[in-house]
Amino acid sequence: MEDFLRFDELLSDEEKMARESVREFVDKEFMPRVQEHVRQDGSFPMELVPQMAELGLLGTNLKGYDCPGLNNVAYGLVMQELERGDSGLRSFASVQGSLCMYPIHTYGTDAQKERWLPAMTRGDAIGCFGLTEPDFGSFAQGMRTRAEKRGDEWVLNGTKRWITNGTIADVAIVWAQTDDGVRGFLVEKDTPGFESRDIKGKFSLRGSITSELFLSDVVLSDENLLPGVSGMKGPLSCLTQARYGIAWGALGAAMACYEEALTYTKEREVQGGPIASKQLTQEKLVFMLTEITKGQLLALQLGRIKDQGNLKPVMVSMAKRNNVDVALQIARQARDLLGANGIVDDYQAMRHMVNLETVRTYEGTHDIHTLIIGEHITGHRAL
Amino acid sequence: MKILVCLKQVPHQDARLDIDAAGTWIKEDNIKFEINSYDTYALEEALRIKDAGEAEVVVTSIGPDRVTQALRTALGMGADRAVHVKDAEIDGSDALGVAKVLAAVAKEESPDLVLMGLMSDDSNASAVGPMIAELMGVPNASSVMKVELADGKVTCERELEGGALEVVELQTPCVLAVQSGLNQVRYASLKGIMAAKKKPIDVKGAGDIGLSGQVGAGAAKTTIDKIYPPPKGEGAELIEGSTGEVVEKLVGKIKELGLL
Repeated sequence: MEDFLRFDELLSDEEKMARESVREFVDKEFMPRVQEHVRQDGSFPMELVPQMAELGLLGTNLKGYDCPGLNNVAYGLVMQELERGDSGLRSFASVQGSLCMYPIHTYGTDAQKERWLPAMTRGDAIGCFGLTEPDFGSFAQGMRTRAEKRGDEWVLNGTKRWITNGTIADVAIVWAQTDDGVRGFLVEKDTPGFESRDIKGKFSLRGSITSELFLSDVVLSDENLLPGVSGMKGPLSCLTQARYGIAWGALGAAMACYEEALTYTKEREVQGGPIASKQLTQEKLVFMLTEITKGQLLALQLGRIKDQGNLKPVMVSMAKRNNVDVALQIARQARDLLGANGIVDDYQAMRHMVNLETVRTYEGTHDIHTLIIGEHITGHRAL
Repeated sequence: MKILVCLKQVPHQDARLDIDAAGTWIKEDNIKFEINSYDTYALEEALRIKDAGEAEVVVTSIGPDRVTQALRTALGMGADRAVHVKDAEIDGSDALGVAKVLAAVAKEESPDLVLMGLMSDDSNASAVGPMIAELMGVPNASSVMKVELADGKVTCERELEGGALEVVELQTPCVLAVQSGLNQVRYASLKGIMAAKKKPIDVKGAGDIGLSGQVGAGAAKTTIDKIYPPPKGEGAELIEGSTGEVVEKLVGKIKELGLL
C-alpha cells in the first residue's frame, strides 16, 4: 500500500528488509493455505513451522540461544506482516516468542534455557502459555490453579482455558498460586495428570488452535519452576511483550483490509462509476488510511522506546488499545464496502474482522487497557 | 570457484507507477523497489552452488543509494560481499552502458561464472547478459533452466520455444542469463539480515572501473522517446442473449467474416 507519510524513512535498511522478507513468505506460503485452515475449525498450517523457524519468526527479538536477536522495531514489523496474513499466524509467533520463550529467557535457569530456547527457535519444540482460567480472565490474579510444595516436589491442580496451541505444545508455561504468590512452571506434555483438549465452535481465530489445559495432581520438581520471578509481575511482563507485538500486528490486519477495500471499490461499478468515486466510500477509505498511518507512528515510537529500555506497560496499553480498536473498525468498514462479497471467504475482510474481535478481547481487553491508562492519568484505580 | 551475480533493483511489483513529467520514465519518488525477480533466481542458483561446495558469491548492482537495500537483501540471503557501482555519471546509460559497467566489474573480479536474470521486470530488454559476454570475450547462454558444473565447464539446459530444452556445454568463465522458475528462491532469514550488516559493500564510481566518460546519457546509443499506456482498443462487439442465441450469432459472425 501507499506509504502516505513516508513512514519508511523512519526505518533502517535491516528493519525494512525484515519486513519485506516476512511479507514475501506470508504472501507466497501462507496466503494460499489460509482459506483451507479457516474452513477447518481450529487448525494451523503446521507444515510451515520449519520454514517459519528458518526465517527467524520464533523468538525474533531474543538474544543468544540461536535466536535471531532483532531489535524491537524489526520484531514489530515482523508481527505486522504475520497478521497481515492472519491473526492466527501472528498469534502462533507471539505465543511461542513473547509468551513462552521470553519467560524462559528472562526468568529461567541456565539448564532450562539451554534445553528449551534453541529447540523452540528451531520450531522443534512448541510452547503454550497457561494463565487464563474458565472463571478468571481479566482478573487473572484470582486464579484457582494452585501449586503446593510437598518436600522437594510441587503438586499442581487447576484448569486453564483459551490457551493457544495447548494441544500441540511440548511445554506449557503454567502460572499457579503458591504460598509465595504466583509462580511459573514448565509443564511438559507427557507429564502424568496433565491433559489438554481443543475448544471447538469458534467464529474467530479459526486458523489457530485454542485449547483447555487440565492439571490433576501434576507432580513437578524445582527444575520445572521458573526461579527468576514471583507474583503477577511474571505473567504480566510476558503479556507486555506480546501486547507490544499486537499493537503492530493489528495494523497488518488493517492494512490487508484497507488494500482489499481500495482495490474492490475501484473495480466495482455502480451507476456509471466505481464505488470508489462515491463520497461515502471515500470517507471510509480516508478513515482507514489516516488511522493506519497514525497507528504506525504510535507503534514505531513505542518500539524505539522499547529499544532504549524505557518502555512502561501503560504505554503498551495505549498502543494495543488504540491499534486493535481502529483495526477492528477498519475491518468492519472494509467488510461493509465489499457488500455481499464481503461475507464469503474468498475475500479477507470478514476473516480479519472476526479475528480482531478476539484480539480486542485477549491480552488485556479494550476496556481493561482503558482502565490501566485511566489509573495512570488520575491516580485512581477504577473498577 | 567465484560467482558474480548481477542484480538490478526495479520498482516493486505492487508499486503505483506514474509516468514522469518528461514522459520518458516513471516517477521514482516514494515508491518501493525490489530485486528484479529474474535476478533472484540467478542469486539462488549461485547460493546453491555455494551450499554444495566451495564458492564465493559476489553480488553487484548499479544505481543510487537505494540500491544498498537490494545488495543487503542479497547478502542477507547468503551472498558473501557486494560491489555497488554508484555514480551520477552512469545515469541514463542504455543497455550497452550498463553492460560495460558490469563487464568492468567482472573483469576486476575475474569470476568463473557471471549469473543474472534473463531480463529485467521493468525494461524487458534481455540485452545486458549477452552484451557482457561479448565485452568480456567469453561464452554466453540465455534462458538457462539448469546449471551443472564440472572441471572448467558448465552444462546448461536452455528453454526453447514450444517447451523444448537444449543442452549446451560452455567453457568457464562464462555468462549465464537464467530463466525464472529454475529453482525455488529462498527468503532472507532474519538472522541472515542481521549478519549482512557485517558483510562488506564496496562502493565504486565510473572512474574506479576505468569507464569515466564512456557511459551515461551522453554515451547512450539508445534513448527512450516516450513511455505511455497503450490506447484503448476499438471495434469490440458485445454479443448478448441466451447461450443458444450467443452461439448462433457468433457462428454467423465467424462465417460472415470468412474466418471458417
